[in-house]
Amino acid sequence: MGTEQTDKFKIIQVKRSIFEDNNKDAEKLRQQLKEEKTFLLNLMSSPGAEKTSTLLALSKELSWKVKMGVMEADIDAAVDAETMTEAGVKSIQIHTGGMCHLDADMTRQGLTEFGTKDLDLVILENVGNLVCPAEFDTGAVRNMTILSVPEGHDKPLKYPLMYETCDLMVVNKIDVLDYFDFDKEKAVEYAKMRNPDIDVIFISAKTGEGIPQLAEWILKNVKEWCAS
Amino acid sequence: MSCNPVLITIKSCINRISEAENHLTSVASVTLEIGEVSDIVPDYITDCWNWAVKKTNYLKDAELRIERIEAVTYCENCGKTYPTVQYAKICPYCKSDHTYLLSGNEYNIREIEAC
Repeated sequence: MGTEQTDKFKIIQVKRSIFEDNNKDAEKLRQQLKEEKTFLLNLMSSPGAEKTSTLLALSKELSWKVKMGVMEADIDAAVDAETMTEAGVKSIQIHTGGMCHLDADMTRQGLTEFGTKDLDLVILENVGNLVCPAEFDTGAVRNMTILSVPEGHDKPLKYPLMYETCDLMVVNKIDVLDYFDFDKEKAVEYAKMRNPDIDVIFISAKTGEGIPQLAEWILKNVKEWCAS
Repeated sequence: MSCNPVLITIKSCINRISEAENHLTSVASVTLEIGEVSDIVPDYITDCWNWAVKKTNYLKDAELRIERIEAVTYCENCGKTYPTVQYAKICPYCKSDHTYLLSGNEYNIREIEAC
């Protein structure tokens, strides 16, 4: 940081990215999770893509295979955490206080409060939003996004960073494909244009179709993280 | 990105500098470098800035200056660079998608003018 003097004001050279602090913090959190052998999965989507319903369906597949917990992030209310707790899944509600996303520090605070040392898998349900959550590294090991059929197959074109950031795109609500002009192949093509390495799984949280494949994807990643 | 986190970060950065260097009493300007493909809308953040600075005494006359940084993508396949805004992820020369952004997603605080 350099300084140069003008008449009255001095110019302080800052040259720092607005994300610098958060990125460092996220890296530190990942290191800590590695030591504790806890896998943190950051789940993002627009509002109403059925993040919570997908987690409910997943918990039936996963909860007897790994020790899992869910952190629900919302601007307000505790409906999501209540839903998960009622289903017998260990969960905590985080309020972002008006913020449209979670950053690494908020995530760490949530994890500390939650007590994750004994958990193999923590899924963070981020605030429903396709823009800001993609920009803030939460410290998660993997990122996944849900694109639901009624939203349309063009979303990867419109929200590129979300798909660049994610390791997995889950296409949900495939039980209503017949009622919408949703092109499955285009959805995959557009997502791969943004991120050639992205995995894609088609599911219906309502009927349970594809949920075993999704559970398998998560388990494989948990195992890799905890073994290495 | 909503403007909120950007403004909060700028403020905490100014506070830190103020603590580190002989307590700033007034900020005349803050210069940001904003990449062409970062999703900051300059008009938008300027509006938020003008609203937010009024709430803090040492910032109330501070001007926000924004410099745009051109978005350039590099193609690993053919080694050429091209303008990102026009061609996005696919290289216009060889049609490869093995490309990455060299510049253009910056959100930097370049300098702060203060006394």
